[in-house]
Amino acid sequence: MTPFLKVDHVSKSFARGTATTEVLRDIDLTIARGSYVSIIGHSGCGKSTLLNLVAGLTPITTGAILLENQEVREPGPDRAVVFQNHSLLPWLSVYANVKLAVDKVFGNSKSRAERHDWTMHNLDLVQMTHAKDKLPAEISGGMKQRVGIARALAMEPKVLLLDEPFGALDALTRAHLQDSVMQIHARLGNTVIMITHDVDEAVLPSDRIVMMTNGPSATIGEILDVALPRPRKRLELSSDPTYLRARESVLKFLYERHRAPSLQAA
Amino acid sequence: MKSPDILTKESEPMTAQSAHNIILDSPGASASLVAAARSNEAQVIAFAPPRAPFAERMWAVAQSWFAVIVPPIIVLCALLLVWELASGGPKASLPPPSKIWADAKDLIVDPFFVNGPQDIGLGLRVMTSLQRVVMGFGLAAIAGILLGALVGQSVWAMRGLDPIFQVLRTVPPLAWLPISLAAFRDANPSAIFVIFITAIWPIIINTAVGIRNIPQDYRNVAAVLRLNHLEFFWRIMIPSAAPYIFTGLRIGIGLSWLAIVAAEMLTGGVGIGFFIWDAWNSSRLSDIVVALVYIGIVGFVLDRMVAGIGHLATRGTQAT
Ligand SMILES: Nc1ncnc2c1ncn2[C@@H]1O[C@H](COP(=O)(O)OP(=O)(O)OP(=O)(O)O)[C@@H](O)[C@H]1O
Ligand SMILES: [Mg+2]
Repeated sequence: MTPFLKVDHVSKSFARGTATTEVLRDIDLTIARGSYVSIIGHSGCGKSTLLNLVAGLTPITTGAILLENQEVREPGPDRAVVFQNHSLLPWLSVYANVKLAVDKVFGNSKSRAERHDWTMHNLDLVQMTHAKDKLPAEISGGMKQRVGIARALAMEPKVLLLDEPFGALDALTRAHLQDSVMQIHARLGNTVIMITHDVDEAVLPSDRIVMMTNGPSATIGEILDVALPRPRKRLELSSDPTYLRARESVLKFLYERHRAPSLQAA
Repeated sequence: MKSPDILTKESEPMTAQSAHNIILDSPGASASLVAAARSNEAQVIAFAPPRAPFAERMWAVAQSWFAVIVPPIIVLCALLLVWELASGGPKASLPPPSKIWADAKDLIVDPFFVNGPQDIGLGLRVMTSLQRVVMGFGLAAIAGILLGALVGQSVWAMRGLDPIFQVLRTVPPLAWLPISLAAFRDANPSAIFVIFITAIWPIIINTAVGIRNIPQDYRNVAAVLRLNHLEFFWRIMIPSAAPYIFTGLRIGIGLSWLAIVAAEMLTGGVGIGFFIWDAWNSSRLSDIVVALVYIGIVGFVLDRMVAGIGHLATRGTQAT
């Protein structure tokens, strides 16, 4: 069987004038359909760069990314991105933001009424139907992030790419949104790749955790499988030995073997 | 001694009562809502009271209007008075307001009279000038936004066109007039062209800046959705750059109005600009002053109109 998503010996360098900096070196990763994969690493190591490569937003320097045996060359709705800062279009209402994506992806395959229903269905998934006519400026940060997730889900992507989707949120909202993303993943079975800084956020929902070494020329340091049964409950897991072991090995990787560059210098 | 006392006595209870009303307003409303929730007959209470607060609110609105309108009127009256005194002497070179009123009463009181082909009210003259401005400015808006989008979006278009624009935009409006008269061989299209060429530069430049400032996030969203060029233009570019575009449009309409008067002085016809030139040639100074007031008011209204449309159109874009 061919893998669902294959990142095949990918390197990425940014050229600026004559100087080039290699940000990622030789990233090799296969991801199974329907799995939840977290990418964790210190700030600036190149996580967003890797996600943008998979999204097709930045061109690959060497190597290739294959999604269902098709080479990824440009962005497209089969790899929907939830950006770190929500990136809703501020002049469109919550409804219109999601509807824009729905109209674009299903313009030919669904009728007008079906597209409306599908938009409402996805807003309902993230519990945002009550604010559908509000502008992004009129809703809270957590709500914006939920609408961003609804917009991405509405595209029925093969892969859902989340770039620190909860980074700007307070702890309570964060936990709440993590739970709803986990529920949606359980319900729809889509493949998720999520970037995070946070150890618990990585361990709780993931099947696998990809830990990256520090840049420049960052690469995959270690991949950890989290063999916990689903559905996972935040409170029950907080004392579960498997969970705690997974948590500890991520912490060890980040804070002993690959400390933040600034801390190493100190 | 007595009258100020009565004044304060009368005004004090009034303000006290209005404050009282405002304070009582919201708790009273919520209390009656609670009552409405408990029993059905309480609905009558919920709808009965708002009469007095409504009058209070109208009074507040009237007061704020008063505060806006009265100071400029006072200043205006003072200025007219100073002017009257300054140019009241027999050797004064400019007419005082009283003489202007006497000379140009028909122009002031009836903007829309028609006494013959060249003897028409200033309102009608302003209309013909406005028609030219609307044509020239409308064309400048369309062409300016499109060119600005091109320059803002494409690095090569910017490198090629921007230096040329930067040079051309410094050419004064009237310097274009002989060329456009030679090209169009007719006064009306020449005047429209002068408006166009005057208004287009700020529109191009501001649109280009707005489009260069479209956040990468929105471009990424468009890329993931695979918006085509036309969709990108309408759904992302125009709304995202709208605040900049409207700044350009607002500068542009102001310049148009500046240029039309000057252009009409040279091209003739029935516009307000030619009227001033004509009045100068026949020494009707009072008429000129009246025309200046017309021009100022119309320019002000134009500016406010574009600003108002811009305000409505960019409601969402400002706050991210
Ligand atoms: N367009 C670019 N041109 C040049 N260098 C870039 C570019 N984008 C990213 N980089 C560099 O690549 C490195 C990795 O950036 P990236 O944004 O992927 O980090 P990150 O792991 O997502 O960090 P964070 O956790 O803070 O978001 C950084 O050192 C950055 O300076
Ligand atoms: Mg990042």
